[in-house]
Formats: sequence, structure tokens, C-alpha cells
Amino acid sequence: MTKGRKIESIILKILVYAAAVITFVVLLFLLAYILINGLPHIKPELFALEYTTENASLMPALINTVIMTLLSLIIAVPFGIFSAIFLVEYAKKGNRFIGLIRLTTETLSGIPSIVYGLFGMLFFVTALGWGYSILAGAFTMSIMILPLIMRTTEEALKSVPDTYREGSFGLGAGKLRTIFRIVLPSAIPGIMAGVILAIGRIMGETAALMYTSGTVPDMAKTPMDAGRTLALHMYNLSSEGLYMDQAYATAVILLILVVGMNTLSAFVARKLTKGK
Amino acid sequence: MKNWKEKGMQGVFLLAACASILAVALICIFLFANGIPAMKEIGFLDFLTGQTWRPGNNIYGILPFILGSIYVTAGAIIIGVPIGIFTSVFMAHYCPKKIYPVLKSATELLAGIPSVVYGFFGLVVIVPLVRDYINTHGIRGNGGNSMLAASIILGIMILPTIIGVTESNMRSVPEQYYEGSLALGATKERTIFRIVIPAAKSGVIAGVVLGIGRAIGETMAVIMVAGNQPQMPQGIFRGLRTMTTNIVMEMGYAADLHREALIATAVVLFVFILIINLCVSLLNRRNDND
Repeated sequence: MTKGRKIESIILKILVYAAAVITFVVLLFLLAYILINGLPHIKPELFALEYTTENASLMPALINTVIMTLLSLIIAVPFGIFSAIFLVEYAKKGNRFIGLIRLTTETLSGIPSIVYGLFGMLFFVTALGWGYSILAGAFTMSIMILPLIMRTTEEALKSVPDTYREGSFGLGAGKLRTIFRIVLPSAIPGIMAGVILAIGRIMGETAALMYTSGTVPDMAKTPMDAGRTLALHMYNLSSEGLYMDQAYATAVILLILVVGMNTLSAFVARKLTKGK
Repeated sequence: MKNWKEKGMQGVFLLAACASILAVALICIFLFANGIPAMKEIGFLDFLTGQTWRPGNNIYGILPFILGSIYVTAGAIIIGVPIGIFTSVFMAHYCPKKIYPVLKSATELLAGIPSVVYGFFGLVVIVPLVRDYINTHGIRGNGGNSMLAASIILGIMILPTIIGVTESNMRSVPEQYYEGSLALGATKERTIFRIVIPAAKSGVIAGVVLGIGRAIGETMAVIMVAGNQPQMPQGIFRGLRTMTTNIVMEMGYAADLHREALIATAVVLFVFILIINLCVSLLNRRNDND
């Protein structure tokens, strides 16, 4: 081996290790920085039911987030699961219509959130006349998470062995019965993992909600009321610049929620692969 | 009766599957119907190549924001791609088996952090760092809110995309390539960088293009660190505004042509994203054919 090649190898090896160290140190630093600065500021008044300019409470935003998440899921999950069933169980391969569905789903998953926000503002808020409301935000979010739920459900359905289906058909069950009694139940962990991932996406979303659900810091009493979610609340706090301590504390809560959701999703997905 | 139920539900599934087509159609219709007339009124060329954005005087040129988006994305690529690719080499070939699950979930965690938290981190950590650098070196700047800060944050944000895609593509390169090269006396590093990565090339490129899409569409993290001055980009230490942030900055109070010009900005952004998506699916198709 020539000397030059040996040096080349050593340099590349150093670069590989250096890059890995940078990646994981940046992540650790980010988490540690926010936790260290935020944890001391998590105080009881931050969870007051009413938002006032004194307490900058995150409770109303947290409740809005929960409502927003539930509504978005109620809209997106049936559509996502049903279209995945269509794609996996009914569609014939190579059909042009199927190609169109795949193309549009891919397009949806690449659209930036601000474009969703703008569309939500033009369609749900203005054209349908819903005004800034949780409902408009939830519909916008449901379009945004649709491709995610479709893809994870599709993968979960595909991972159900064909022998299950054949066994069910062999016992005289119809296609519909097979899907709902045999295929879907065995695909549930995979679908759940996707849904939980979608919850994380909704909780962390800001740009798509700014001009659909509005930035009012109060709790929404009905879905037609405006109200900001936790992520939007945090953006407003930090851009106003008056509540940096509360912004740190909100960042901690947001991180715990979103990271928790992602970890839960990974855990559920791992259960699925282990169970086989 | 049973047959009727079967057929009915098949129809329901089919209808649900049309939801994504309907959504894309609606998004296109509403964006284009609101944006194209404004572009026509301003003049396509004036809109796309105009260097001044002054809604108060009815001057709408978005070249500064197009360039802003491109520069910030290029910066993110320069920072994120080398680190991402080298990290994925580490993940695929160097990482001890014991700590692999931990690091793998760490990269997933990196992908899960909301963009507003990244932006906040940039605001309280990266921006002051840039500000200090500017002040000690006597460079003209906008108090640390800069293209550099935005590029660094975006560079971190695209890491998980690039690591994930590159790693899985490197793993799908047949083991024989790797072993064959080692057997011929090449070192491990040489094998990886001369044999494995070239074999996974189109997958690696697809990962980079996905990262570009993510960076160019990112809004909240950029708005918090980039300064958002509506002017032509003037260097890495100065503030700039991207297409995405232009929309968020002014949508709240815009009316009439100004509002439509912002929607037209989204149309331009949308077209950029469509082109990027097209590239990704072409690259993936080539991968599948191999």
C-alpha cells in the first residue's frame, strides 16, 4: 500500500468520526441548552387556565393543541386508512389511476407547511367563510398528515402475510370481512405508529396554522373559535421578546410532547417487528 | 345483499383514495387562481426579476426572495451534506453495534424536533455567536440575524433527512461489492468512498434533493434568525428574506394586490417544490430499475 493511500484512508476515517461527533454533539447541546434554560421556568402559573399578559400561561394553548390534534385525526385517519386499503387490497398494479393517487400523495408530502397554511387561509378561512378557527386549522392539518397516515398504513397492510387473507377466504369470508376482521387487526400496531407520528407533526406545526387557526392566546370554546396551539404560542412569545423565560419553558413542554410522541411511535413500530 | 355491501364499501375506499387527488387539485386551483392574475397585473418578468419589493409604492419584485431562498438553501447544503454523508458512513460502517440503536433513535429525534424549536435555538444560540463574530471583526451586519445563521440552522435541520436516506441506500449496496474491494487489498475507507458510495450514488443524490426541498420550504426556523430585510442578499453576515418568510411576514396585514402578490410568491415556491419533487421521483424510479 502506498503512503498516499494510507494518508487518504486516515483522513477519511477522521472525517467520518468528526462528522458523527458533530451531529450528535449538536443534538445533545440543543436538548441540554433548552432543558437547562427552560426547566427552572416551569412554574405553576404557567398552567393557569386563563392567559393574561402577566402569566403568559401555556394552558389554553395546550388545550387548543389537544383539540386541534383530535379534530385533525378524526378527519385524516379514516381517509388515510380507507385509501391505503384501496391501494393495497383493491387496486390492480400498474393502473393509471393508481399512479395518479401515488403522484398526488407524493406531491402532498413535499409541499411546505406555509403553502398549506396559505391554502387553508384561502379555502377554509375565506372561501368557506369559517374565519380563523380551530376547525380551519384542523382541516389544513388533516390534509398535511394524510400522506403520512396513508404511507404508514399501506406499509402495515402490506406486511400482513397473504396466507392470512387466503385462510380467511378459504373459510368462506368475503373480502370486506377479511379486511376488517383479519387484515386490519393485524396491521393495527403499524397504523398506530403512523398515527402517533402524525400527532407529533400536528403538535410541532406552526407555519400552516398561523393564518388558519389564528394567533389568539385564549382557549377555543368551540371549534369555530380562533386559538393558537403550543408551537404557535411559543413562536409568538419568542418573537414578542417580552417573555423569553416563558418561551424557554414552553419549548421544554413542546419538546417533551413531540419527542415523547416520536419515541412512542418508534416503540410501537418496534413491537410490531418483534411480534412477527 | 352481501354483494351490494361489498361493492358499496369498495366505492367508499375508492372515494377515500380520491381525497389526495382532490386535495392537490384544490391547492393548485386556489393558489394559481389567486396568484396568476396578480403576476399578470404586475408583469411576469417584473415580478420574477424585479429587485425591489415596496408594497407601499405598488412595486413587487421577488428576485431578492428567490435569491434569498436559493442562497440559504445552498448554505444549508454546504454545511449539512458533508456532515450528513460522513455521519451516515459512520452509521452504516463504523458504528459499534451496541450503541447503534441509541444513535439511530437520536437521528430520528433530530427529525422530530419542531421547526419553531430549531428557530428558537438559532435565535438564542447561533445569532448571538454570529453577532459576536461580526462585532469582534468589525464586519457590517444586522446584529447577527443573517444568512449564515439561517444556513447553519437549516444545515442542522436537513441532517436527519440526508443521514436517513443515505444510510439506507448504502446498506442496500450488495455486500459482495464491499468484500470484493477489501479482498483486492483496498482499505475500508477507500472501499466505502470509491465503491459503496458510487454504487449508492443516485440514492445519495435523492437524499440531498429531499434535503433541498426541506430547506427551501422551511419557514419558522428561518424567520426567527434571518433578519427578514426585504432587500437583495448582501453577504453571509447580512440579513435576508426568503420566499417563505416573505409570506409570513406580510400576510397578516396585506390587502388587495399586495395580498395577491404574496400568494403569487407561494405559487413560485410551489413550482420550485414541484420541480424538486419531480427530481426525487425520477431518481427513485432510476433506483428501482437498477
